[in-house]
Amino acid sequence: MTPQTDPQSSVPPHGTEPAPTNLTAARVRLALRGFREGWSIFVESRIGVIGLAVIIIFALMAISHPILMATIWDEATYDPVTGYAFDQIEQPAPPSWAHPLGTDPLGRDVLSQLLSSTASEFILGIVAALVTVSIATMVGAVAAYYGGIVDTLLMRLADLVVSLPGLSLLIVLSALFDLNLFMLALLIGVLGGFGGSAIIFKSQALSVSVKPYIEAARVAGGGRLHIILVHIVPNLLPLSFLYMMFTVTGAIFSEAVLSYFGLLNIRMSWGIMIHTASTAGYLLGGTKYWWLIVPAGASITLLCSTFYLVGRALDEVANPRLRRR
Amino acid sequence: MTVSSGLPDIPSAAGSPTPLVRVESLTKLFPMSRGLFRRPSAHIHAVDDVSFELFEGESFGLVGESGCGKTTIGKLLVKLMEPTGGRILFQDDRDTAGGQTLTDIVDTSGKDLKEFRRKAQMIFQDPYESMNPRRTIFDTIAEPLSVQGIGSPPERMDKVRDLLELVGLTPASTMLFRYPHELSGGQRQRVAIARALVVEPTFVVADEPTSMLDVSFSTSIMHLMSGLARQLGVTYLYITHDLAVARYMCQRIAVMYLGKIVELAETEELLSNPLHPYTRALLSAVPSPDPAHQRDPVNILGDVSAPVNPHPRCRFHDRCPMAAPQCYVESHPPMEDHGGGHLVACYRV
Repeated sequence: MTPQTDPQSSVPPHGTEPAPTNLTAARVRLALRGFREGWSIFVESRIGVIGLAVIIIFALMAISHPILMATIWDEATYDPVTGYAFDQIEQPAPPSWAHPLGTDPLGRDVLSQLLSSTASEFILGIVAALVTVSIATMVGAVAAYYGGIVDTLLMRLADLVVSLPGLSLLIVLSALFDLNLFMLALLIGVLGGFGGSAIIFKSQALSVSVKPYIEAARVAGGGRLHIILVHIVPNLLPLSFLYMMFTVTGAIFSEAVLSYFGLLNIRMSWGIMIHTASTAGYLLGGTKYWWLIVPAGASITLLCSTFYLVGRALDEVANPRLRRR
Repeated sequence: MTVSSGLPDIPSAAGSPTPLVRVESLTKLFPMSRGLFRRPSAHIHAVDDVSFELFEGESFGLVGESGCGKTTIGKLLVKLMEPTGGRILFQDDRDTAGGQTLTDIVDTSGKDLKEFRRKAQMIFQDPYESMNPRRTIFDTIAEPLSVQGIGSPPERMDKVRDLLELVGLTPASTMLFRYPHELSGGQRQRVAIARALVVEPTFVVADEPTSMLDVSFSTSIMHLMSGLARQLGVTYLYITHDLAVARYMCQRIAVMYLGKIVELAETEELLSNPLHPYTRALLSAVPSPDPAHQRDPVNILGDVSAPVNPHPRCRFHDRCPMAAPQCYVESHPPMEDHGGGHLVACYRV
């Protein structure tokens, strides 16, 4: 493929890369190099590493639940919804060796509830984030590149969605319809994608779409789809990753609130755990029944803030002006 | 590569029978709109009734100060904008056997537009912004080939290597997978030239390709461009604000003022015998390396005005040192031939 490679080319002046022979291999190498550079910036900011570590711990918790259920926990006692701790005399029981975080007012193991909810929180957050960012990226790119009436319609729609009080709307919708976790994720994603994120993505896409390289691509013969997908969207990707992190935070928080009001058709979640404690009258019991509230509440707070921290660290990778060097 | 019969020494207006590009009363107005539903209150006359011809193999200079509409003409000629009025006729090579015909490119779209994109390319002013920072040099140069589906990927790779060699970025294989930010301004502009030439165009609009570069780089880029023009038979529309650059690059020069061409002549004729007062003022502002050189200082008055809904009278009248009552009364003067294709738009010459 490279018959005319001259002897000079085997000695690259910068000594970083050997002469590429294969297009795909070269692209893979470039992607790896870009990832390494981004990673080194990410590692430099401590908050990102701390956040990532906490996320990994939560991920391990999510994985550990099915393993524990299959090995040492029997289903009759430890099932997060239908189990009952027959070994305890009164419910809720405080932490013990058999139940490290105690049991809830219905005699169910709190640790089992906490671990089994983790996976669904992750799924909720990631689905909501992917939907938000995909919609917002396309809406922003299309509005910025086409301009005119398309831009006006999409942006006024965004204004409309932003002006709706999100959580109240979700409460109304979940009261009217039988929402499960996946539908909630889609709903949060659509509201976010057409709302505030769309406006931010559009402003970013606008600053990209007036660059001369967009005109150069048009002179090269590129169509609208080519320009949007090849030139505008890739330049929005850093922002996309950032917004994914922030959307995860918002989604987990919304789910907790809706579950607390008992408005979601979900088997178990951190919000439902607090809901259970609240409806049984233990929420105002002070610190005496702390194991009913603290594990779930702390998990919600920690996971939300963690995704936010990772988002901030990714912001530094994507946005060189925030770097301290 | 298509190689023409060679660069004609100085193509004159009467010399070639059919021009490559003929621009007829081209007009571009930009509405100054205030909101979506309100009518534009005024128009900026960026390009106002401009006509000229470009002949095959020549470099045609378009000179003027900032905001006079040079870049707008360049963008109109490569169909980055739609003109408000006028025609842009482009040589149609579909019947080269007989006399060549000219086709209007203003309304082309679809397949014809793709065909046109192979013949007309553009080199942009800013080498730092004219390349997508997330795409490699190979992707950037091969983009016209890939979006138009020319050649297979290995063929494109070979073609890009050839072009990198041609524009002096050697060894080519070390350049292919660099990113634009790893290159200097001069190197980037070479990449931009390679991108413009990769589809083997007959016509290239060069929009001040050297104005953002260091002097040392800009000389070598100009040298490269004129060499490539000779080698590949490319016709340039060379946009610049620098008469010295235009003199080096171009066989003919048109001087623009506020959306109008005020003077058009062969380079040496224009520089040695400027007729329009604006051209004279421009020339008097060019520093000369010859200390014994004497040139009459020409004083033009005031500041450049914005071409917003301009009065139909001569655009230059308010700054003209030799304006007469006629200039205030009559409309903008037409282009008149003062011998040998030296066209001037002035009542007073």
